[in-house]
Amino acid sequence: MTKIIEPKKSNIFSRPSSEKGIWSWVTTVDHKRIGIMYGYAAFFFLLIGGLEALLLRIQLSSPDNDFLTAAEYNAMFTMHGTTMIFLAIMPISAAFFNYLLPLQIGARDVAFPRLNALSFWIFIAGGLFLYSTFLFGTAGAPEGGYLAEEVSKLASAPNGGWFGYQPNAGLKYSPGTAMDYWAIGLQILGIASLVSAFNFITTILNMRTKGMRLMRMPVFTWMTFAVSFLLAFSLPIIAIALFFVTFDRQFGTTFFLTEGGGDPVLWQHLFWLFGHPEVYILILPAFGIVSEVLPTFSRKPLFGYPAIVFAGFGIAFIGFGVWAHHMFASAISPVAQAGFGLSTMIIAVPTGVKIFNWLGTIWGGRLTLNTPMLFALGFIGMFVIGGLSGVTHSVVPADTQQTDTYYIVAHFHYVLFGGALFGIFSGLYFWFPKVWGRMYNEQMGKIHFWLMIIGFNLTFGPMHWLGLQGQVRRTWVYAEETNLGFWNLIVTIGAFILAIATLVFMANWIYSRRKGDIAPFDPWDARTIEWSIPSPTPVWNFSKAPEVKSLDDFWHQKYGEDEDGRAVRKEGTDELLLQLEEEGLNPKEEIHLPSPSYFPVIMAFGLPFIGYAIIYKSIPLALIGVILLLIGGFGWGTEPLEEEFESSDEEKPENGMTKDYE
Amino acid sequence: MHIKKFLKPKNFILCSFLFITACIDNAPLDSLSPAGPYARTIDELFWLTFWIAVVIFFIVQGALLFSVFYFKDSPEKPEPKQIHGNNFLEILWTIIPVIILASIAVPTVRTIFDLAREPEDALKIEVIGHQWWFEYKYPDYGITTANVLVIPADTPIRLEMWSNDVLHNYWVPKLNGKRYLVPGQKTYLNLHADNAEEFWAQCGEYCGLSHSKMRGRVLSLSQSDFDSWVINEQKNANTELIEGSLAYDGQQVYLNAGCTQCHVIGGVWDVQGERIAPNLTHFANRNVFAGAALKNNAENLTKWLANPAELKPGTFMPNLELTEEEIEALIVYLGTLK
Repeated sequence: MTKIIEPKKSNIFSRPSSEKGIWSWVTTVDHKRIGIMYGYAAFFFLLIGGLEALLLRIQLSSPDNDFLTAAEYNAMFTMHGTTMIFLAIMPISAAFFNYLLPLQIGARDVAFPRLNALSFWIFIAGGLFLYSTFLFGTAGAPEGGYLAEEVSKLASAPNGGWFGYQPNAGLKYSPGTAMDYWAIGLQILGIASLVSAFNFITTILNMRTKGMRLMRMPVFTWMTFAVSFLLAFSLPIIAIALFFVTFDRQFGTTFFLTEGGGDPVLWQHLFWLFGHPEVYILILPAFGIVSEVLPTFSRKPLFGYPAIVFAGFGIAFIGFGVWAHHMFASAISPVAQAGFGLSTMIIAVPTGVKIFNWLGTIWGGRLTLNTPMLFALGFIGMFVIGGLSGVTHSVVPADTQQTDTYYIVAHFHYVLFGGALFGIFSGLYFWFPKVWGRMYNEQMGKIHFWLMIIGFNLTFGPMHWLGLQGQVRRTWVYAEETNLGFWNLIVTIGAFILAIATLVFMANWIYSRRKGDIAPFDPWDARTIEWSIPSPTPVWNFSKAPEVKSLDDFWHQKYGEDEDGRAVRKEGTDELLLQLEEEGLNPKEEIHLPSPSYFPVIMAFGLPFIGYAIIYKSIPLALIGVILLLIGGFGWGTEPLEEEFESSDEEKPENGMTKDYE
Repeated sequence: MHIKKFLKPKNFILCSFLFITACIDNAPLDSLSPAGPYARTIDELFWLTFWIAVVIFFIVQGALLFSVFYFKDSPEKPEPKQIHGNNFLEILWTIIPVIILASIAVPTVRTIFDLAREPEDALKIEVIGHQWWFEYKYPDYGITTANVLVIPADTPIRLEMWSNDVLHNYWVPKLNGKRYLVPGQKTYLNLHADNAEEFWAQCGEYCGLSHSKMRGRVLSLSQSDFDSWVINEQKNANTELIEGSLAYDGQQVYLNAGCTQCHVIGGVWDVQGERIAPNLTHFANRNVFAGAALKNNAENLTKWLANPAELKPGTFMPNLELTEEEIEALIVYLGTLK
């Protein structure tokens, strides 16, 4: 259909031109490709984090087990938490943001496509840097302590917990380089998130198509907006705190060391001042996803759209005022306990508003119980449990019994697994046809759902009980006399059911990507404008900028209401859909898409070298890092804005496209 | 079988939730079996919240399941009414949760301040966290001990706590909630046991390699037993051992193998004062050792003295390469420290 045009090679900083093969992916700035790469990379880390969890569960399956050593166990739970939060859930959410945000607001790409690529490659660089600790990192007993055996490779990873409480995670008590990998790795990952946060905020504010007023934006876009602000305001806090840690460990400062006038409780405040908004960074995208899925499969509009939007922002805002509820047993005064207890109770109110509105959405609808809908409904059920146990934490005296026990582990897995991850799975199935142009296998999807919900409740349900019965978190062994063995075994069995469920999901994905039925472009009779374009999404997204006239614009193009207020399919809808598909595949106007670039990836891979340079105090490594950053920055600034075409009108294809998207 | 206990509403409910096996009510760290007024106050507050949560749970999950079954798609169903929202409902489900939460908030705030208040006529005990054991000092009696906190029953106890190294978290589930031990500042926790009983304690905060093995016991004694315990603790260890006896040999091992670098046994060595390891003056009176992770018996002591790091990774106690005979003698000697 289209001819490929060679860009001019006159400029030394010419833009790359491959359209297929690995280089086209490395240099891409297409938000869809970046989204897909985010998704696969994050899922890879999700599997690693899951394997780490399985090791933990094998160790805990019976009292006084010796499957792992203490050092290995501590490294595994630290890496499990760090991986799941920073390398799995956050970037899977970023995959959704990247892929969907421009489609939902009717844009061709994000505001800064190269920044978007930079954000992805920094995430990859940070993830690889963090995991290189298994190759290069060292860990050991605290200064003066003894170990019976050599520290294994498995134990040469960060071991101070994902929360890195000081001074335990400081140099004296966590010697070796592993915790440096942790601190600097998170620092690098934070840059990735900050970059994308500003990119998404700008995109949402500036790139909306005609008529896409703020209060017509899909809720998923709204939640992306809220999350971006949360990232922009919370990440600088952890960045500073992590700099303090790195300085304490590397350069002998004493920000958190009592003997030097520092304060370990300060780290707790800084960490949770970031860490609690982080919880909402993890869950709000899932709120957005289910707010898209539930109305679609209920064939009703979202109940209380403004309430859901405002509740989302209410949660995001109050989320900055509840951090000390992670510290109720720590050195804080009763006044602070009371204040943060009350603010924690208050945050339950907007969360409840969301849940009631979701129930209002499905109430009176016509529910299609397919896989995305099952996951969305499962999300509500599981998240409610997590929310209610959360309220019991706001009761400070009760929390002093629960904190640091498996009750808390149960609570936040109900929120982040039963909540965030169920929402993510719902979204993965829901938008699968849009991304791949094929349908997933419904039977396998349902098997996945049922295995997951059974495995999930078997894994995390008994943990409530175990916690109340006194099983403390982050403990490598528990005594036989504590009588915790039976339920721990059940929990381990549940974890393996979850592993099987994940395999079913992967099998479905791999099969359906190749052999799935060809998807119509609007398989769900959906509501938002990303479904008004062909599946898979053409590289140019919209062949002409859509004009939006209402909330759920695509639905209102298809449906009107009769006098009872029931949906009625408009006449001519079938023709409209055919016309939309025809138009979507054959753009009439010339479309300028951002050109690929080498420089984001070059720049991103400068950062780990600087990380290694700090850890190993190596000037050559620092130079490599700085040179990569400089080449990246200089090339970025000077490369031509677009491919410069040979100026021959005959060769220029009609629509200006240089490639035919598979 | 404790039929009455089983019939207590909380146990009954939890059992119906979690099969019968779970209700064997003998978990020593059970936070739902309060044995003193502080833990009881917390327990009452927890159950108040729990029951409210249960009601909300059934309402929400009921509505969810009802919707799934009742509004499930079927061919004869007409297209649904396109309802966009309802302001009255929005206000309702904002205000009702606020009222419910307020009903929890009031007792919560009151209890927070009640628990923080220093009880009158409390016995003061200092708790010092070490990697990975708890040290106890009784400033009124001049006693230093470790791992087993001995308290008089039915008497309020005020713990003044700090850490010697990293953050720790002191927890006796049946007596009160947790409180951190922080280097460089003091924190406080009240305990009060109804009866003479033994309780388990555990460090709650991850504090490094052997966090799991940072455990403890709280031994609550009747006032008279406690008084005689105090009198005994204030004594030095018996140094008049018969030369040539195994205990005497053990004392020689203690003095010469390097133990005195870190440990103290009152009256045995003239250089007294602060040491980094537990005070062993009345070691044999404690039923556990090594951060209460091990029962105090010859078998465990043999393993421990042969290679401490094997049982407690990261421990600061070195392997002193003692011979079997030395270990045997040392254990006999330790047994005399009553």
